[in-house]
Parts: sequence; structure tokens; C-alpha cells
Amino acid sequence: MGTMNIMIVGVGGQGTLLASRILGNAVVRRGYDVKVSEVHGMSQRGGSVVTYVKYGDRVYSPVIDRGEADIILAFELLEAYRALPWLKQGGKIIVNTQRINPMPVITGAAEYPENIGEKLGALADLTAVDALELARRAGSEKAVNVVLIGVMAKSTAIPYEEWLDTVRTTVPEKFLDINLRAFELGYQL
Amino acid sequence: MKKLLLGNAAVAQGAYEAGVRLVSSYPGTPSTEITECMATYPAEEVFVEWAPNEKVAAEAVIGAAIAGGRAMTCCKHVGLNVMADPVFTDAYIGVGGGAVFCVADDPGMHSSQNEQDSRHYAKASKIPMLEPADSAECKEFTKAAFALSEQFDTPVFVRLSTRVSHSQSLVELCDREEQPLKDYEKNIPKNVMMPAMAIGRHVFVEERTRRLAAYAEHCAFNTVERNGSEIGVITAGISYQYAKEALGDRVNYCKLGMVWPLPEQMLRDFAASCREVYVIEELDPFLEEACLAMGLPVKGKQLFTLLGEYTPSMIRKGILGEEPAPFSAPREALPARPPVMCAGCPHRGTFYVLSKLGLVVSGDIGCYTLGAAAPLSSVDTTICMGASVSAAHGMAKVRGSEFAKKLVSVIGDSTFIHSGITGLIDIVYNKGINTVIILDNSITGMTGHQDNPTTGKTIRGEATRQVDLIGLCRSVGIDHIKVADPFDVKHFEAVVRQEVEREEPSVIIAQRPCALLKKVRYTGHCRVSDRCRKCKVCMKLGCPAISLEPGTGAVSIDVTQCNGCGLCVGVCPFHAIEKEEN
Repeated sequence: MGTMNIMIVGVGGQGTLLASRILGNAVVRRGYDVKVSEVHGMSQRGGSVVTYVKYGDRVYSPVIDRGEADIILAFELLEAYRALPWLKQGGKIIVNTQRINPMPVITGAAEYPENIGEKLGALADLTAVDALELARRAGSEKAVNVVLIGVMAKSTAIPYEEWLDTVRTTVPEKFLDINLRAFELGYQL
Repeated sequence: MKKLLLGNAAVAQGAYEAGVRLVSSYPGTPSTEITECMATYPAEEVFVEWAPNEKVAAEAVIGAAIAGGRAMTCCKHVGLNVMADPVFTDAYIGVGGGAVFCVADDPGMHSSQNEQDSRHYAKASKIPMLEPADSAECKEFTKAAFALSEQFDTPVFVRLSTRVSHSQSLVELCDREEQPLKDYEKNIPKNVMMPAMAIGRHVFVEERTRRLAAYAEHCAFNTVERNGSEIGVITAGISYQYAKEALGDRVNYCKLGMVWPLPEQMLRDFAASCREVYVIEELDPFLEEACLAMGLPVKGKQLFTLLGEYTPSMIRKGILGEEPAPFSAPREALPARPPVMCAGCPHRGTFYVLSKLGLVVSGDIGCYTLGAAAPLSSVDTTICMGASVSAAHGMAKVRGSEFAKKLVSVIGDSTFIHSGITGLIDIVYNKGINTVIILDNSITGMTGHQDNPTTGKTIRGEATRQVDLIGLCRSVGIDHIKVADPFDVKHFEAVVRQEVEREEPSVIIAQRPCALLKKVRYTGHCRVSDRCRKCKVCMKLGCPAISLEPGTGAVSIDVTQCNGCGLCVGVCPFHAIEKEEN
């Protein structure tokens, strides 16, 4: 197969790294070549964070170019909008409807764009999810990442059971029950 | 067994399989996880440590290698500047057991203060350099680097970049190959670098470089891939992956896994077999200039930038003239989302006070560099590890004592141990009157929570002697040392006012642990009551949880962002912010 390009965007601290690792581990089990690109350090401190997961017969660059993401999995509205140029024509955006104000908005130097959901919906195949609410229902706000992985899982060819296995082997034992519930709530949506 | 591994984890696995006995490093993005991963292997097989700085780490590695064991240090590009002194001389001494210096560059400056290209160090120090392009090569090249080191009696660089270090790809895992210690023999002409001996060793170094260049012609690190094209691409590391994705089988490749010394005949033959030859490399024209010096008609930086990271589309456009994939873009300017101090960050209290007092702040490297960001906008300078102290000394000396009384240095606990203490000695010795604020948050924060000599724990989490910061400062001649909690804003402000006024040097230890440490348990969250007069003092904190409601100008606190640290409660002049338990 050609390469499947999935871009995960969010705000530092939202758990995008774990989401990319679950996804990476899930596709490895299918025997694909895979590259997962992460960010560490300064940019993690509440800034925009971007990770890439690419899989297929053979993957070279770990980074996704503009116009080449099949799926954008966005943990926050503004970050989904910011990532729009990376979406392939006809690609899919899954967005958590949570809004987190960036510092220029907090200080009043800039305004948070209005109606991002509608704007994205006009330009792309959009699935909007209140993942924060589902995560709370699963038992922890921190499980937003696994809820979103659950939503995205349906867009892949990987069977449900394999996803559950991957969640089991990737997340810390202590939070397994919450994360399994979170995955389920996302997947059943 | 094949496993998905981070490039950094694969370097650690390679070193482990090669039988490495000692790894000593100072954390630095994007290299940190190599040493963290090393500490997951059994302590009886490999000794792993965080050293106070990169120079100490490199010297420990050089000593271990002289003593006959395989050893490795890992640093970020600017860490190599710190360790350059022993590295250049170790090029002369060579090794007993293999020695590997792993250095991770940061094109695009995801987490760095400059964008230097470490390949120049290989040429300048006459040390061979390998450059892997994915995690599998990270493992193989690191493992091979130890053997190469012993074969040629030289330390070996392994050069990484952010996208190699921080990308996961598949790696075949193997067992460790235990290496017996090499015999230790006293060898003054080889190991004592004073002029008479060094003159002899320099002859060896030049001869070794000639042998390494000959080795480079046929080694497995360097490969030519012919696809029957008239276009040739010379590339290395992550740039190979970008080129391969961009150009596929439409060009020929000369992929250099050893970027110093270069295989001259191989490059000549490759160039001669193609009508057009391009060099694709991020940052400096290192390979390109070497090719041009050989008289090869290559093109590189006339097409591609010296700045930042490359992309496949940039390469496709530059070489094939093909346009990038079409895409949609927002039709409005989006607010940036720069990194910020976390909710509950102890540094926020410190910078709130420094900003309020209007002091000149000589800054340093760590999370607290974010004290330069709006709305705190407190930090005046950031140069390198430790410079907050020594640069402030220089500032005070040229501008006089009145300026010195409006000036403070801010430096983290780990950074102070790294190279702040030497600047403090300079201040005391040369009769300065500066005030240094040590931000003691009980951890090395920015690189992701590493222990350091002030935390009382080793990299493996064992208890150890803890550096006593107060005793240390007193012993170098600081008579005025205050410990203050930056979240007790009134007291902290009074302490700062008092210490900067002093005609003698002083140290303030701003003590409060990082809010992300497990032992720190803030509970509940803060809430704005109807006593709020919209004075916006709380907005000066730059807390990610506090914002103004658009339109009404009312202050609101986002409970999903707030961790209940309570700093804003103490700052509000009208007692309008209350703590609420969940």
C-alpha cells in the first residue's frame, strides 16, 4: 500500500505523545513499516505540538508535508485550524471541540477565531467530538487522547480487538480501566 | 525481534549491544532520552550517570576509555561546545576501550538557542563522524562506532538531528556482546598530552585521518544507489529520508553514513557518472564545500536554504521543478501558541515580582527562559548555560553599582551546578555586588525531569549525597543567602528589594518544586468572586488558566487548565480570587 499519513495536533500537556505511540504500536502489529515523529523539550510547555504517524510498505520521511495528511486528529479547535494546510484534498479532520486560549489571546494581543468548526466543515470532511466530556465520563479529563484515538480507530482497517490489545500494552497499568473506557466511548461514537 | 524505537532509544540499544560499560551525560534536548534509556539496562552491566555538565561527562568517558572500557557521552549540539576542550585533545590520545561522543543537532531550533552544525567539529577535531538516518541505523552505527573507535584508536562522533532522535521506527534487537576490559598500561607518550608528546601524537592523528579516509571509500556506512538516472544526489542523515521521499527512484543516491572524513574517490566516481549532481543537507554546506574543494560541479545551497528543516516538497520543487500538493489554508491570521510556563509553575511567582520591580534580568537556559515571554516579559538576556551569572558580572562592572542594584541573575538549580557556580566565584573574587537568584525547583525541568546533584538522587533513583546550595554559596564567599518561596509574593518581593540594594554579593534561593513533579499535589481550583474589580493584576501572571471574557472584560479561570496552585489568590489586591476544593 501507499503511505497513510496521520497528523496529531494539540496543545502541550494534552497527551498527544501517548496517542501517537498507541497508533504507532497498533500499525506495527499489522506488519507495516512505520515512522512516528514526536516533539520534546521547549515546545511541550503549553505550546502547539505536532506529531506525525506514517505507515505503509516503506516510509522514508518521518514528517508530513503540507497537503499530504490523510487524517488530522486535533485535540483542540485552533490547532485543528492551524493544521488545515497539511490536510490532503479529500482528507479527514477529527477534532475535539475543546477550546484552549493561547497566551496572545489571554493577554488580549489577539482574538480566538470564531466558528472554527463551521469553517473547517466547509473545507474538509469533519468529525467534531466533545472528547473532554467523554473523557470525564470515562473517569479522567486526561483520557482525551485515548477517546480521540477511539474515534479515529474506526477510520482505519485495524480490527477493534487489536486496538484494545494495543491500548492494553501501551498505557500504564494504573490507568488501564479509564483508558479502555475512554477508547470504547470514542469508538462507539 | 523488531521493535518500534525512538532514534535515541536505538542509540542506547546499540551502545548496550556493543558492551558499553559507562555512559555519562548532561541532559539536553534532543539527546536526553539516550542516557535515560541507558539507565533502563542492568546496573551491573553498565554504569550510567548524569554529570554536572558536558565537559565533566566527556572527561569521565575519556578516562573510562583510557582505562580499557567502552564508554559513551551524549549531548545536544551546544553541549558539544562545553565539552570541546577535552574532545579536541582526546583526538590525540585516542582510546583503549572504544569511546563514542553522540551529539544531537536541532535544525529548526525546536528546543535550542542556536542552529549550529556539529559536523564542523568532526573536521576541526579530526575525529570521524557517523550519521544515521533512522532508528535502525542509530542502533547499527552506534554499535559499529565502538569497533571503529578501537580499530583506529580514535574517539568517534555519532551525529543525530531532532527528526532522527525523536522519530520512532523499526529496529531489530540483538543480545549484548560483552567486551572484556582492555589491559591498562601506563603509556606517557600516548596519554600525557604535553608539548613533547602531543607533537608526536599529532603526526599519528594526521596519518590516522588518511587511513580513515581510505576506509571511508569501502566501508558499509557509505552507499551508492543507482537508478539509471542522469541526476545524482549526495546526502546524509535525515536529509536522505527527505530526498528519498521526494525523488524516489528517479535519481541516483550517494548516501554518506560517515560524514567525516569523506570518501573522495567515491564522490568523484559518483559525480562523474551523473550529468547533474545535487548535495542535499540541512544547515551548513558541509558536504557541498568538500565536494567543491575537490572540484566537483555540485549544486546545493544555491537552491536550498541554510535555515531550518527541509521537507520533501522543497526538494521536489528544487530538483524536479514539481509543485507541492495543493492545500487549503485559513483565510485569517491565527494567534500563535508559543510555549508558556505551566499552571502552577514556581517561576511565575519569581518573574511576577521581578517584572513588578522593573529589574534587569540576566537569564539562563531552562523552563525559566519563558520568563521573557509576554505578559511577564521579564528576562533581558539569554546566552548559554551559566551565562546569567557571569554576564551579569560583566554588565555590573561596566555600568557601575547603581545599575548593579537594578540587576539580578536567574538560574535554575541544575544550571547553577552546570556552570553558574564558576560565575559566582568570579563575582566574589573580583568584588562584585550582584544578586543571583537560584530557581530551586528540585529537578532539571525543561528536559523532562532529570535528577541532578541538588536533588539527592542518581539517574537510577538511588539516594545519594545532595549538594547543599546554601553551604556551597557560603563556601565561595557569599555572606548573604536568603531562602524564599516565590509563591509568598509579598515576602519574596521584600527579600529581592533588600538583596539588590546591598553593597555586597548575595544569593536568593527561590525554593518551590516544579508543579509537574509527582510529589507536588495542588488540589482544587481557583474561582473569581463578585469582588473582582477588573483591575487585571492577575493577568500580569501570564497564567494559562486565567483570561478575560471577550466583550465584558471580566476575569475568568478555566478549571480544566487551573491546578489550584493559588498564586493568583495571593496576588489579587481585592481578595476576589478564592480557592475551591473539588
